Amino acid sequence: MDNTGLSELIRLFDEEIEIKEGKQFLEISVPASKLHRLANQLKDNENTCFDFLFCLSGVDYGNDLGVVYHIRSTKYNHSVVIKTRTPDRDNPMIDSVTDIWQTAEYHEREVFDLLGIKFKNHPDLRRLFLSRSWGFPLRKDYVDNINIVTKS
Amino acid sequence: MEELAKKTGTGEQEEYTINMGPQHPSTHGVLRLVVSLKGEIVKNVEPHIGYVHRGIEKMCESITYPQIIHLTDRMDYLSAHINNEAVCLNVEKALEIDIPDRVKVIRTIMAELTRIQSHQLYWATFGMDLGGLTCFFYGLRDREKVMDIFEETCGGRMLVSYNCPGGLMYDIHPNFQKRVKEFLKYFRKTLPEYDQLLTGNVIFRERTKGIGRLSLNDAISYGTTGPVGRASGFSCDVRKYEPYSAYDRVNFNEVLFYDGDTFHRYLVRMEEMRESMNIIDQLIDNIPEGEYAVKMKPVIKLPEGEYYQRVETARGELGVYIISDGNKNPYRVKFRSPNFANLSVLNIISKGFKIADLVAIGGSLDLIIPDIDR
Repeated sequence: MDNTGLSELIRLFDEEIEIKEGKQFLEISVPASKLHRLANQLKDNENTCFDFLFCLSGVDYGNDLGVVYHIRSTKYNHSVVIKTRTPDRDNPMIDSVTDIWQTAEYHEREVFDLLGIKFKNHPDLRRLFLSRSWGFPLRKDYVDNINIVTKS
Repeated sequence: MEELAKKTGTGEQEEYTINMGPQHPSTHGVLRLVVSLKGEIVKNVEPHIGYVHRGIEKMCESITYPQIIHLTDRMDYLSAHINNEAVCLNVEKALEIDIPDRVKVIRTIMAELTRIQSHQLYWATFGMDLGGLTCFFYGLRDREKVMDIFEETCGGRMLVSYNCPGGLMYDIHPNFQKRVKEFLKYFRKTLPEYDQLLTGNVIFRERTKGIGRLSLNDAISYGTTGPVGRASGFSCDVRKYEPYSAYDRVNFNEVLFYDGDTFHRYLVRMEEMRESMNIIDQLIDNIPEGEYAVKMKPVIKLPEGEYYQRVETARGELGVYIISDGNKNPYRVKFRSPNFANLSVLNIISKGFKIADLVAIGGSLDLIIPDIDR
């Protein structure tokens, strides 16, 4: 299916979500509260059938923290990108998609470890690479005077 | 035996937890597995990672694009060339540069040589893990020949850093075609020896067949790619469904098996070596004349936006996700590493098997730990 057909189909799930044709993929922006429902629909619907989450990345946008999901359908070979953001930097919460795509379990742990985004209903949310006392290094306001040398 | 176990209070019934690694020889790096056992049976495997976490993604945010290429070598060091290619392709796509045909063909040949040497090392160490020390000598002996080809053309043996945005660092060595052909002729003869030594071996088959079976649904849901996914029937070869470089002009088969056990994960790699040799065969005499690199600006700045590029490394799908804000440094770089996803199936496929099988299963996933930790 081409991107126009796909975006019309996705609009049927929810009329309010924002769909944009990116340079490479179709990009869907959803508020964090609607993420889990949309992800579920994208996977279960017969015509979209997005069963393969191939990349999950956390991003610090400056004011907001966000998560980007790259998903692909192994049946139809089409891909979309879902983006969600949360303005809360102290206690960011986003629904976990581990129950939809199992691979998210490790990817979400990595995002939690490096950006401090918490995932609701995650089965085992612990730090993955770093120790418990460490900060969240991929945040833009992370300061480490000992290990990071900045040249001016 | 059971009576003895009752008397001494050890054996079948007792549950305990052991540490495997981070210095266990069969984990091939610093992977620590906390294994819960009941007797000899594995109940749960919990990987602990992060021993070689260098923060590559964070480092990338403060360096320029040509510099990033040299960091990607250090992730999956056995697919170093393909990792470099992924970043280069992404930068070239963002800048909308047309790459000369010569570069595309040379990159493809190099990538396939990389895949062959990676699978050779896999074969060598997998055999050694299961008790066949001869495999290790055979595998490394043949891998050395690929390394010599790399050394002559790239200067480096393992971490080649041969790609740069816009093409290649330097042209191929005048001997390159001759040596590659010699190697192919030699390896066509020695590859059947591999099969004679290990594939048909009864002990080897007993230890791998039916062990650690991964179903197709799990393979997709857990995001496994590469030989691990393809052994379960998951058609996930990026070279086929999203061809890059010169893969759209060569004929090759995607190796697929449907059993999904340790033995078939091994077979996929054996077949892939043959396919790689076929690909090189088709290209080696047809390297087009021309420039080996496009002239680039001294400072590379990507236009604002997001770019995603995936390539097929020896272990699966590597994705490079770059968010650029228009500066010479990327705003955010994410590497979707194949081993990271492949590691997550280790727990589900080794449940219910013996602790000795865990070595075989772990070996068949062919994990490279620096790629997981990044």
